[in-house]
Amino acid sequence: MSGVAGPAADVELAALLLAIDPLGLGGAVLRAAPGPAREGWLARLRAALPDATPWRRLPLGIPDSRLLGGLDLAATLATGRAVAERGVLAEADGGILVAAMAERMDTTTAAKLCSVLDAGEVSVQRDGLGLTLPARLAVVALDEGLAEEEAPPAALAERLAFRLLLEDLPTGAPKEVQEARARLSDIAVPETLLPALCAAAMAFGIHSLRAPLFALRAARAAAALAGHATVEEADAALAVRLVYGHRATQLPEQAPSEPDPPEPPPEQDDSAENQKQPESGALQEMLLEATRAALPAGLLATLGAGAREAARRAGAQGRAGHKRLSAQRGRPIGTRAGALRAGARLALVETLRAAAPWQGLRRREGGAGPLVRVKREDIRLLRFQQHTETTAIFAVDASGSAALARLAEAKGAVELLLADCYVRRDRVAVVAFRGRAAELLLPPTNSLLRAKRSLAGLPGGGATPLAAGIDAAMALAEEARRRGRTPLLVLLTDGRANIARDGTAGRPRAEADALAAAAPCRAAGLATLLVDTAPRPQPFAKQLAEAMGARYLALPSVDSQKLSAAVATTREAA
Amino acid sequence: MDLGPSALVTRKAAVARPVFPFDAIVGQDEMKLALLIAAVDPSVGGVLVFGDRGTGKSTAVRALAALLPPMQAVAGCRFSCDPGRPADLCESCQQAAELAVATVPVPVVDLPLGATEDRVAGALDIERALAHGQKAFEPGLLARAHRGFLYIDEVNLLEDHLVDLLLDVAASGENVVEREGISIRHPARFVLVGSGNPEEGELRPQLLDRFGLSVDVRTPSDLATRVEVIKRRDAFERDSAGFLANWAEAAEATRARILAARALMPAVAVPDATLENAARLCMALGTDGLRGELTLIRTARALAALEGDEVVGLPHLRRIAPPALRHRLRRNPLDEAVATTRVDRAVAELFGP
Repeated sequence: MSGVAGPAADVELAALLLAIDPLGLGGAVLRAAPGPAREGWLARLRAALPDATPWRRLPLGIPDSRLLGGLDLAATLATGRAVAERGVLAEADGGILVAAMAERMDTTTAAKLCSVLDAGEVSVQRDGLGLTLPARLAVVALDEGLAEEEAPPAALAERLAFRLLLEDLPTGAPKEVQEARARLSDIAVPETLLPALCAAAMAFGIHSLRAPLFALRAARAAAALAGHATVEEADAALAVRLVYGHRATQLPEQAPSEPDPPEPPPEQDDSAENQKQPESGALQEMLLEATRAALPAGLLATLGAGAREAARRAGAQGRAGHKRLSAQRGRPIGTRAGALRAGARLALVETLRAAAPWQGLRRREGGAGPLVRVKREDIRLLRFQQHTETTAIFAVDASGSAALARLAEAKGAVELLLADCYVRRDRVAVVAFRGRAAELLLPPTNSLLRAKRSLAGLPGGGATPLAAGIDAAMALAEEARRRGRTPLLVLLTDGRANIARDGTAGRPRAEADALAAAAPCRAAGLATLLVDTAPRPQPFAKQLAEAMGARYLALPSVDSQKLSAAVATTREAA
Repeated sequence: MDLGPSALVTRKAAVARPVFPFDAIVGQDEMKLALLIAAVDPSVGGVLVFGDRGTGKSTAVRALAALLPPMQAVAGCRFSCDPGRPADLCESCQQAAELAVATVPVPVVDLPLGATEDRVAGALDIERALAHGQKAFEPGLLARAHRGFLYIDEVNLLEDHLVDLLLDVAASGENVVEREGISIRHPARFVLVGSGNPEEGELRPQLLDRFGLSVDVRTPSDLATRVEVIKRRDAFERDSAGFLANWAEAAEATRARILAARALMPAVAVPDATLENAARLCMALGTDGLRGELTLIRTARALAALEGDEVVGLPHLRRIAPPALRHRLRRNPLDEAVATTRVDRAVAELFGP
């Protein structure tokens, strides 16, 4: 677990700061397993809020009709008027929205939450209704992720000031929150604070401008809570610990204990800093220290390499990019009769049309009542055509034998195929194998930009763990299938396997393992293309292709068009 | 509209919140310029704003709405028909004996994610259908956006069937609703403004092509600028009325600039040499079709008008070429990331550094 404001006191204070300025701070990611600690924190936040503050839970996979609102069918039919039903977002106006299992939230739900956080209102353009309802709220995203890459969608996390890790049960009761909230607008901010906050953010490689804005608001709330009239150092320190700790992507360049005021990026801060705030440097150094203190020790090494941010991004977004297969997406292709259940969308006109011929009869039978009488058997639901998406999985051999001769060409080929996938709106994933193991470079995504970046950063060299590469690609293919997608596997290798599944070197074992790994691929009937990248085509590669049930293509004889055509053919077979 | 027995919300739309002023946005000059160009000449075909999180993409679009000079429309028309263009009137305006004219604000309509197709295109008026059993057309968001702006945040997450609808309407300038027992057509010409973060998914090439200008926004990287951004944002949040008052003069000046540019537009000349330069640039870059050239010329002309120049020259082309062309380099879609560099290089090669 990493990059999270840890110390119990800070976590406890975060609840109070959020209670003081929920709208300004946007909310918090609460990373903890379900249990008394989490419940305690939530209870504390709730207790610190004014009475009757709305408090709503956002379940995972909530349909748009409940999230945004829509037509209240029961009331509409009962009254014979169009009755709107407010969604959870509008219901939470002025309060807190608690998002359950936020680490599994999909991108589109997150995007809707983000737009509400930005605009303070929810626009309902659904079911013949056009409404704009106030929805000024803060989000507490409950993050039950275990692995580092299991995290709430980045766009959402970006808009929440805090990311908190709960370990201990918070104690004590909030007393002064009420008064603090009243004082909030009168808190003064020293001239030096803003430049120092911005400089500290830059020093830790925090690019988004939301972070210093959150830090400023948190510092102000902290000052209000502490009873200060002006934001003091301790307030600012708490703010950066809570806001910057988990956002840091790099370490500041100067030594931690440097006595002189540090100069972050040298050129531009001279003018801003020297003219008005001599002590800005000291303040800034203090903020850097505070942020540094909030970084867990084990993390410093990876931070220096800037690797963590990349890993988090790739993981979180790749996963968040998945969409669930459901009956409510895609192109409407008509209607069908059926019962209204969660997730079904009413085809209102068809329903009314179905009800229309019976109106006279029903009126005579039922006596007084609404003008239009609709019965259950009239209900028509929209049908959607879900076009199955393809996930193209590229397994790239980046070993020394392949890399030295042809890795650049293989990369070129993959880029070319990526361009094809782009046009067809396929998702792509990239696995690379070299040395002892295979590595997932890019989880399935439809961002071409990221695919390209991940490839560009792919180093070459080392042995060829071919079996591991096939295993990793198969795992991805399985996952894609489970999600209702059609996997397409493209393996680029020179076929010179020399590392077995257990990591030991030796060609015969490695080749046997590769063939063994290939068998399930054939059994699964996966659409596969093996591109032999060896300068001279290898018999083993051909043998492997057969074992996989793959199309075989030798790269030397292939130009870009042939390659692309081969993938297209394989794809059709998928 | 009834919000249900238990609903305690106001029936009206939420009270309009103060909007951060356009001129107070620090930096992001290319984005601001692109939006101003679209305000001067809506025919340039929309603006796509792609970039990092927290760079004020949405802020800029909403700020533009507050800035736009009002327009003339047929009073009472649901589609805000332009009385100055008789050919483009909707059916009911065409049949009216006399058209009363009203001054109305230019619409800037949000298309939220999760909107259903019936609300975008318009559909049966359920109120009347349910209460009176009447079949009447309820205009959708496209009708409301006519002659104004249609803004889609996170445009890359928009559902495919809505994208199809938008492409069709944007191409024809007309919304045709032929279903659910309703047959209606009305003019729907709007400036499409989309924003998004490329890391969350790419845009369909067809939709990409629709946008006249595409701007990349990045988080400013120098301290002074960043401090200024936060400072203004904070000042606005703490005292929005005072902040707006401070910027009112600048807003008025920008509004006057838009009006002056619109007035100047018809007089702005595009010499043959400029046309030729635009064509050479597009050929060098291998942009598909003529749309690139057309957009380049149109946006360069709007830019010249904004600057008060009566002749479109090379400086205008150079300045507008990256946003007008960078999303059209279709020979290799993988080069999107460095598209700006490619445009810059081509400009430098053709016209000198």
